[in-house]
Amino acid sequence: MSKNNENLLNIENLSIHFFIEEGTVAAVNDLNFSLKPGETIGLVGETGAGKTTTALGIMSLIQSPPGLVVDGSIIYDGRNLLELSEAEMRAVRGSQISMIFQDPMTSLNPVFPIRDQIAEVVMLHEKVTAAQAIQRAEEMLDKVGIRKERAKDFPHQFSGGMRQRVGIAIALACNPKLLIADEPTTALDVTIQAQVLELMKGLKEENNTSMIMITHDLGIVAEICDKVAIMYAGSVVETADKKELFNNPKHPYTIGLFNSIPDIEKDEEKLKPIKGLMPDPMNLPSGCSFHPRCDHAKPECSQKVPKHTQVNDGHYVRCLLFEEGGE
Amino acid sequence: MHKYILRRLLMMIPVLIGVMFIIFVLDYIRPGCPSRVILGEAASPEAIARVREELRLDDPFLIRFGSFVGNALTLDFGRSWQTNRPVFQEIFARFPNTMQLAGMSVIFALLMGVPLGILSATKQYSIFDIIANFTGLLAAAIPNFWLGMMMVILFGVNLRIFPTSGWGTPMHWVMPVVAIGASSAAIIMRMTRSSMLECIRSDYIRTARAKGQKESVVIFKHALRNALIPVTTVAGLTFGALLGGAVLTETIFAIPGLGRFMVEAISQMDQPLVQGGVLLIAISFSLVNLLVDILYAFIDPRIRSQYR
Repeated sequence: MSKNNENLLNIENLSIHFFIEEGTVAAVNDLNFSLKPGETIGLVGETGAGKTTTALGIMSLIQSPPGLVVDGSIIYDGRNLLELSEAEMRAVRGSQISMIFQDPMTSLNPVFPIRDQIAEVVMLHEKVTAAQAIQRAEEMLDKVGIRKERAKDFPHQFSGGMRQRVGIAIALACNPKLLIADEPTTALDVTIQAQVLELMKGLKEENNTSMIMITHDLGIVAEICDKVAIMYAGSVVETADKKELFNNPKHPYTIGLFNSIPDIEKDEEKLKPIKGLMPDPMNLPSGCSFHPRCDHAKPECSQKVPKHTQVNDGHYVRCLLFEEGGE
Repeated sequence: MHKYILRRLLMMIPVLIGVMFIIFVLDYIRPGCPSRVILGEAASPEAIARVREELRLDDPFLIRFGSFVGNALTLDFGRSWQTNRPVFQEIFARFPNTMQLAGMSVIFALLMGVPLGILSATKQYSIFDIIANFTGLLAAAIPNFWLGMMMVILFGVNLRIFPTSGWGTPMHWVMPVVAIGASSAAIIMRMTRSSMLECIRSDYIRTARAKGQKESVVIFKHALRNALIPVTTVAGLTFGALLGGAVLTETIFAIPGLGRFMVEAISQMDQPLVQGGVLLIAISFSLVNLLVDILYAFIDPRIRSQYR
């Protein structure tokens, strides 16, 4: 992977495991990706691919126990976040890196007015008076399209889409350099999805914020991302620029993902799913974790763990099919 | 909110009329003639007839019930058949003690239960959590009166720290309050613990942490307020139940409270005292319930918005 100094975020060999009574859940395994300032990367994968765990790992919000970062580094702005103390990490959370959560219905505190919930993050990270923080909160609400008169209302008085706007306002209140959006539109109606995405895109461009967009929707990737990282069983199997990846997918899993989208032009009767199921993270297949579902699997796929191989400028694949040429 | 409180107060009227009806009917159908209770078994038939006339015992049911309700409205429940003093006076000589005992016990239970519950939840499965849970189970299982008696033996008789009985000075309060409050404290602790555990795992707590908020603020500001609803319920129910008097504890510590007094009144068939006492307990219980519902509204805006 490129070890570029201008990267805002550089994640290398990150592994996060959960140690529970039944065994060890390998949620994230040897994960690598990087992000430049202002860039948006789409983290794409099925449910259980480790997308949210990766995000929480960056925020140092993995419940421990049972979760533990067992290996790797998360270099943000020249500092390894995994080496920061809890107090140092608190100063990063909410101000440098902030997060928008998946379910707006449950991610706001029901007992506080939305205005106070935005003002809270401002008060934490900036030297302002309570009145200034409140004013800032109202400005943020205005930015996300919520009228000032509703600032004192409580979360239950808003619809899902409106609540997600509040979530966005909280996340962007301190102008973070990195925004992690964990499936921010999954819980919303399709029409509201578009509005919320548009809003995020606009605000992100306004402040030149980098963004990690976690999603399983390739349509959202096409609309909002610059780069894509395809995740499978806790690691990135392919990463490239959006155009490159959409036009020239290499990894059999990525190709399978694209094939599983029905083409509206053709009169298709059957969906083309990837055969098999996502492996159990407590019992991952040996070698390449995708090999039991792969049409191109060779005998060595079950023995050798593939490395990241560059197949094109900025286009990396983790598959033995491409490794001979790379090594 | 004001409208809601007013409506709730008005709603107490039918409830209390119902309570009065039940009190009255129970006494009406009870076997035994009240005049015999007052005068004794050896009373002459003339004397009995005179008392029956005085108490209007031969009037039709509805007229008797009507005058009972009418008198109750002016807080006139008649005179005790035992002491011949006004019922109102007798009850209010004791009710403040009961109220004080109940209030202090609930406050003790909250002061013990809530912090221990929070600690236990934030340190789930730690040694502290295990010890707290075990002690809590023990405290909930031990009967109040037994704990009271053991404390009397240890702190009253052997160590002579606290007076063994009576009521009046703060030293008198300690043992009864602990005896009554221990089991409530245990229940409140377990309630707080389970409620906090649920809140700590919720999404909005993750949001608060993602803001960079300190763990102590996350727990005490964001989680605690959401966890308080079930705790308020238990504290309110405990307080309400204690207002009826803690008969056994009052007996052990010889506290001049309502509970013991009511039991004596019932066993001596002192009808006016029982009627007045039960009605007072019903009123205070309704008021505590209303108070709990108002507290809900302060804690949770979702409940507040339902109070229209």
